[in-house]
Amino acid sequence: MSFELLEKFRDPALCRKILDKMESELDRELRFMEVCGTHTVAIFQSGLRSLLPEKIVHLSGPGCPVCVTHESEVNAFLDLAGHENVILATFGDLMRVPGDKGRNLKKAVADGARVKVVYSPFDTLKLAKENPGDLVVFIGVGFETTAPTIAATMKMAREQGIDNLRILCFHKTVPTALDALLSDEAINIDGFILPGHVSAIIGVEPYEFIAENYAKSAVVTGFEPLDILQSLNQMIEWRNKGEAHVANNYTRIVGEHGNPKALEIMYEVFEPCDALWRGLGLIPGSGLEIRPEWESFDAKKQFGIEIKESPALPGCKCGDILKGVKQPDQCPLFGKACTPANPVGPCMVSTEGSCAAYYKYKLD
Amino acid sequence: MSDKVLLDYGSGGRASQRLISDLFLKYLGNDELDRLNDAAVLNLSGRIAMSTDSFTVDPIFFPGGDIGSLAVHGTVNDVAMMGAVPRYITCGYIIEEGLPMADLERIVQSMGEAARHAGVKVVTGDTKVVPKGACDKIFINTTGIGEIIADPTPSGDAARVGDAVLVSGTMGDHGLTVLGTREGLDFEAKVQSDSAALNHLLVKLVRELPEVHVLRDPTRGGLATTLNEITKSSNVCCELTETSIPVRPEVKGGCSILGLDPLYLANEGKFICILPGEYADKALEIMRADPLGQDACRIGTMTDANPGKVVLVTQLGGKRLLGMLEGEQLPRIC
Ligand code: SF4
Ligand code: SF4
Repeated sequence: MSFELLEKFRDPALCRKILDKMESELDRELRFMEVCGTHTVAIFQSGLRSLLPEKIVHLSGPGCPVCVTHESEVNAFLDLAGHENVILATFGDLMRVPGDKGRNLKKAVADGARVKVVYSPFDTLKLAKENPGDLVVFIGVGFETTAPTIAATMKMAREQGIDNLRILCFHKTVPTALDALLSDEAINIDGFILPGHVSAIIGVEPYEFIAENYAKSAVVTGFEPLDILQSLNQMIEWRNKGEAHVANNYTRIVGEHGNPKALEIMYEVFEPCDALWRGLGLIPGSGLEIRPEWESFDAKKQFGIEIKESPALPGCKCGDILKGVKQPDQCPLFGKACTPANPVGPCMVSTEGSCAAYYKYKLD
Repeated sequence: MSDKVLLDYGSGGRASQRLISDLFLKYLGNDELDRLNDAAVLNLSGRIAMSTDSFTVDPIFFPGGDIGSLAVHGTVNDVAMMGAVPRYITCGYIIEEGLPMADLERIVQSMGEAARHAGVKVVTGDTKVVPKGACDKIFINTTGIGEIIADPTPSGDAARVGDAVLVSGTMGDHGLTVLGTREGLDFEAKVQSDSAALNHLLVKLVRELPEVHVLRDPTRGGLATTLNEITKSSNVCCELTETSIPVRPEVKGGCSILGLDPLYLANEGKFICILPGEYADKALEIMRADPLGQDACRIGTMTDANPGKVVLVTQLGGKRLLGMLEGEQLPRIC
């Protein structure tokens, strides 16, 4: 998208108008969760956070793929680092994620592990070709946004006869997690800002249950200030009328049915499975695993990796934060024992993590 | 000479001598260096500024420059940021065995040109060749020395409430160029490193203005990190207006694709100037009259609101922290 067009979605005067309107229409506190980490960052980065009416409580949800990666998944890839003949390929975000005993990938590299930061899963094809004597293991962390590209990479590897690429598949799906959140009575959310990128793949329909089963609103939203304000405003209006809807406010990118091609390729290679989420625990049907026909790519099978419940990091409140029960600065470790330089939990590691966003952008 | 750098060239024997006379003296030679004494004899007086830096950039050639010119610009700029006239520099080369001789020649030649341009003499140097794998192609260390002409001497802890914050041009060009070239990424519109020697412009500035509090080049860590350092050591608050910070559209575009923030990207031909508000217009006039400062603008003011912090007033009029960079910027998952 061109920058001139994007500028329209940042128009300060228009934003002010909506802000004033929201202010006048709010009669009580409303709690909105932005599911996606990029929204959390966008709200801070644009300065929106300091402009929103006080009655709007904004919560950061389980939408940062790094944050929800389970402890035992982190330990699994850290165990693989340093394996003889293994080159780990990963997106940059995972380099600093802490595992048990103070381990992380950066330290593993310093100890001699071969880890390559890639910009796209397709880069792993070249890496595998260049290192025929090694196994290239890609750490597949992410939601419906990343899974189709990884599926496409696997297909290309098969076509090109590349047999030394493996995927450590930890993919998770967003709607199932929202269902789990909504069914938890302790959680009190009035509406969702739905992720733009994920929705571009899956469309709007998979979220309809939010209005139908739980009578809450949710709006697929872009990442510019006006996108976010319009969605919030819409949800306030609906609530004042006693209605609940699921809508698409990001039509310039997200089609009603998402991207059928991407979905098709994703489900050709992956199938739903139960998954462990950090802080949220086991959510049935919320993960993706490699189908038996593609088993030869499966790093979990090859290395006999088991993902199991493990005790949470002592003191870390990431679970409560991902559920919107606590705000980052309510964690006793926030900004003290836990900082971006020395993260205790993943919410502080990922640039999209809510603790990191609070630390980085919040003025007081 | 062979077409590749061999270990022999670092032996100290004949091969080394050939490398020095046929290559280094050819491009860097001057009356002092040509003597090939063990140490240089310099003519300096008054207060002296000195700075050293090692250059390990990957790739060694990038659009807009290379490691040779960068090693001169980086050190010359560091000396000049003290309100000094850079006079002499030294260079130490650590070369990986097997580096194509043509690459080395290109680098030394570019270093020579950069030094001439900046008006500094390379007066002493050193060459080592290390076995393949012991370093990445080539590392260069330069030390620079110059005479301070500014009074008071600009310093990172001298920013005061009421000071204006200026930058000499667009932010992030060098950082994005190097990253893009390293990863083989093609950006829609070409971006180029801004690598340049700023000393002539800086000398003009400190000569014509009665008082400059801080001069800094926002290299690694970029504008945001450098301003954080300044506000911490000066114990003032820097309030920036987002819309007035110059960033090229192609840099903005490249950054948004990679999930990076241009305010944290390195610059090699830009500087930050902090000075009493009443001199801001004059300073901008001087900067804009020079090609290296034509995009100069005022981006903020020092206040007493949040001492030690950098606050960004966004396009929407909201306020947020602009913190220090933690480690390197890494591209995101999605
Ligand atoms: S994976 Fe995509 S949709 Fe999810 S948090 Fe990151 S940017 Fe947002
Ligand atoms: S501040 Fe650190 S320890 Fe606390 S919840 Fe956030 S990441 Fe976890």
